[in-house]
Amino acid sequence: MIKYIIAFTLLLGTLDAVSQTCELNFTGKAIDSHENIPLEGAIVFMPALDKSAYTNLEGEFSFKDLCAGTYTVQIEHPQCKTQIFEIVMRKDLDRSFYLEHHLEQLNEVIISGKSFRTKSETQLTNTIDLNQIEQFSSESLGDVLNTLSGVSSLNTGNSVIKPVINGLHSSRISIINNGVLMQDQEWGAEHAPNIDVNTAGFISVLKGASTLQFSGDAVGGMIISEPKRVALKDTLYGKTILSGSSNGRGGSISTELLKGYENGWYGVLQGTAKRYGDFEAPDYVLSNTGLQETDFSIRVGKNQFRSGFEAYASFFKSKIGILRASHLGGAADQVAAITSEQPFIIRDFTYDILEPRQEVTHLTGRVSYFKKFDGLGKLDLQYDLQHNQRFEFDIRRGDNANRASVDLTLTTHRFNAGLESDISDDLRLKSGFMLGYQENVADPSTGVRRLIPDYEEYTVAAYAIADYQASERLLLEAGLRFDYVFMDVFKFYRSSFWELRGYQQEFGDLVVEEFGNQLLVNPELTFNNISATAGLNYKLGSTSRIYFNYALATRNPNPSELFSEGLHHSASRIELGDLRFDSEVSNRLSLTLDSSGEDWSLQVSPFANWIDNFLLIEPTGVQQTVRGNFQVWEYRQIPAFLAGLDIDFSWQFAQRLQTTAQFSMVKGYDQQTDTPLINMPPVNFTNGVRYTLPEWHQFETGIKSEYVFRQNEFPNTNFEVFLPEQESIVEVDVSTPPPAYHLLHWDAQASFGFVGKSTLQLGIQVSNLLNTEYRNYLNRLRYYADDLGRNFRFQIKINY
Amino acid sequence: MKKNIFIFALIATFGLTSCSNDDDNTPEVVNEEEVITTVTLTLVPSGGGDTVILISNDVDGDGPAPPVTAQTGDFVADTDYTGLVSFTNVTETPAEDITEEVIAEAEEHQVFYISSGSLNLTTSYNDTDSDGNPLGVMTTVMTGAASSGTLNIVLRHEPNKPNDGTLGDAGGETDVSVTFDIDIN
Repeated sequence: MIKYIIAFTLLLGTLDAVSQTCELNFTGKAIDSHENIPLEGAIVFMPALDKSAYTNLEGEFSFKDLCAGTYTVQIEHPQCKTQIFEIVMRKDLDRSFYLEHHLEQLNEVIISGKSFRTKSETQLTNTIDLNQIEQFSSESLGDVLNTLSGVSSLNTGNSVIKPVINGLHSSRISIINNGVLMQDQEWGAEHAPNIDVNTAGFISVLKGASTLQFSGDAVGGMIISEPKRVALKDTLYGKTILSGSSNGRGGSISTELLKGYENGWYGVLQGTAKRYGDFEAPDYVLSNTGLQETDFSIRVGKNQFRSGFEAYASFFKSKIGILRASHLGGAADQVAAITSEQPFIIRDFTYDILEPRQEVTHLTGRVSYFKKFDGLGKLDLQYDLQHNQRFEFDIRRGDNANRASVDLTLTTHRFNAGLESDISDDLRLKSGFMLGYQENVADPSTGVRRLIPDYEEYTVAAYAIADYQASERLLLEAGLRFDYVFMDVFKFYRSSFWELRGYQQEFGDLVVEEFGNQLLVNPELTFNNISATAGLNYKLGSTSRIYFNYALATRNPNPSELFSEGLHHSASRIELGDLRFDSEVSNRLSLTLDSSGEDWSLQVSPFANWIDNFLLIEPTGVQQTVRGNFQVWEYRQIPAFLAGLDIDFSWQFAQRLQTTAQFSMVKGYDQQTDTPLINMPPVNFTNGVRYTLPEWHQFETGIKSEYVFRQNEFPNTNFEVFLPEQESIVEVDVSTPPPAYHLLHWDAQASFGFVGKSTLQLGIQVSNLLNTEYRNYLNRLRYYADDLGRNFRFQIKINY
Repeated sequence: MKKNIFIFALIATFGLTSCSNDDDNTPEVVNEEEVITTVTLTLVPSGGGDTVILISNDVDGDGPAPPVTAQTGDFVADTDYTGLVSFTNVTETPAEDITEEVIAEAEEHQVFYISSGSLNLTTSYNDTDSDGNPLGVMTTVMTGAASSGTLNIVLRHEPNKPNDGTLGDAGGETDVSVTFDIDIN
């Protein structure tokens, strides 16, 4: 097809005599070469004229009154690599331009929610990704990402949802929100990312550390949430999404207003509020699982194609209740809670959120600037600031009842500079550096020993990524990054632990002061981390591609892995880190075959990840305290191996019917003991059928089936404990995964005209249609209660 | 150009605020305030004789050192003792008496005394909360024939009250669970 278009335009060009008047029209269309769909909102810039145009919904643009001659055309789109084309104007020209995906994403397939995308229907020109994000307007980032193959989540109840990419999570995943690398105490398994999904216009997931621009430690992968682009014309538009859910008896409202000016100025105001009461399992109320969230963001900037700047600020505040029945004191309570069919505490439904609960506030500020220099490239400068305040409230006695047990303030400053340049037509280079400063302050007024010590961290990093178009079919990419990390830590150790670990002999000179049975220690840690990537992208025929990527990622241990030393209340276990840990080094190979036909598409992505010094927490014994017995979990470094396979398939088997299927499998092993790794996502298979009737109010409906197998490979972490009441030793089964489960979900939506030009979209989604009782292996509270029961969600979206 | 100056001014402003933290201050030590380090059960025989005191002490809280138990006085067979339990935190100076808090929040607490089957020792409650349910700070402990076994003292926070006296029915969270080896002579 492309060949014909080119041939045709060439033919047109040569047939006509050269015109000397400046009345030529140049029209064209920007098309995503990968998906073959029109690109809306691409900027088409003609430097010779200093003129630019935006592509419309159909990807079309036009320039008038051009003189004959040769011109360069630069086309830019948020999801694509900026490309420069040459055109020869002899008479009116109409041409299609095919754009490639982002430079930094080239060697990885961008996994986007493609389940509703159909090639034959052109009306779905809104990126489907935004559509899907909007469907999840009242949910969390983790819930949206969960719909992708190979992405699962580690949950603490139903509101704390941490994304897991190919079996890895927490510090092993970098989340980039609005250009800012999130620093929100992501190391904790029960800390969810502090992002309002409604700020995203497009979310991409990179499995593995295939882009080095943002970080070098993304052993598991990256999640990039990009904002919506504002059209550079005099315009004012917005949308409001209202959602109401039966489960949790609450809902959310999210609204957004965008203002653009032709001179390049633009502004976006956005806000979301959520409120839910206790959620419910099929048979009972999950007491104290309510949620409140208030988010607000503002973005102002000026884009003049050759230069521009943007200022962004966001505020995120959440209050999350943690299942009351999950708060335990020791192994005996654990035995009782696990053996009980139902949670011990089931109360009447309420909107009140009591202890245990989390209250998190996350503030982000960013200023960025770019300028394009001829012969040098595009220079980007960015400074960002993050302030994360985390409170955890436990069930406490007396005067302490309303005092937080955890009170951490994490402040991060980062400065980035980057240069993107074209060395030649085929070779592009992106390089830059980053300076970072981070400070954690744990408020001592909690009356509870600090979970994470006070520290200051300094980071200096530099990177370079090059890509080379070796031939029309083959693209090569390589990158290198170096991170220097220095941590200055003040940590109080219990003298008994300090001695037992042998720290006194090795680190005795770090002791600053002695306080009763505690020691103040000042470790100064330095890490030099190297990361690299190399890959290729080969076009097989016109509709198939092969992606191959190798990524070396190095991650230094996080404060939790280094300094944990005591009872972790929310896990009811004693967790011990080690000061001696080294950086974790991952070598990951991934391959993707991406193929599509007229009415089908298939992506098959196997991967293998060898991780040296993999930090793992595992049980090592039982410790006796005055509160009874607690299981002790210690961090350890091991050689680990992970491998897996993700498959995505979609087939439009009738004009209005499409079926999609996803399959994900990941296996992880501790190579030292030859045992499976804990918390590996079980194999899952999701498929769905979707019916679309665009003629009638863009009606769509679909049913989705989700089958999650039982995880049969798990380490045995059970332990034995003596129960004086029964005068017997019992085994505490904390490792056996729950059985397989099957869930069905249904949804439907339609759009209607509303006042003036605005549209009203109505949607209904029913999740867990059959009200199935199930427990999820990756839910940390699975021991205590069933997962969520049926939920009816109604959604109204108004575009204006 | 003006814009550039504006941006650099912004960066400089934010950047400078980041540099103004005071490095010299070392953090303040936190002594675990709520932890119960020491459990003491004082048993006074009603007919006179040796007072028996059972003490369990765990000075490093949830640190690696296990609790240490000690006993003064010997149990005598077929004797009634008036029992008083106390919970203290000795890591604070002066030591904090947590028993007062337990009594103040009597509705939310209950102390359980569980003797092993081989031990001829029974306990009855001598106090109640405002709802008339047992609390267990004050007890009567009765010894039977000479025997030996263990006595487990458990303090539960927010148990179901009333309950049938077993831990399984009471639920709640274990704040204290200490076990003593006992010989009745």
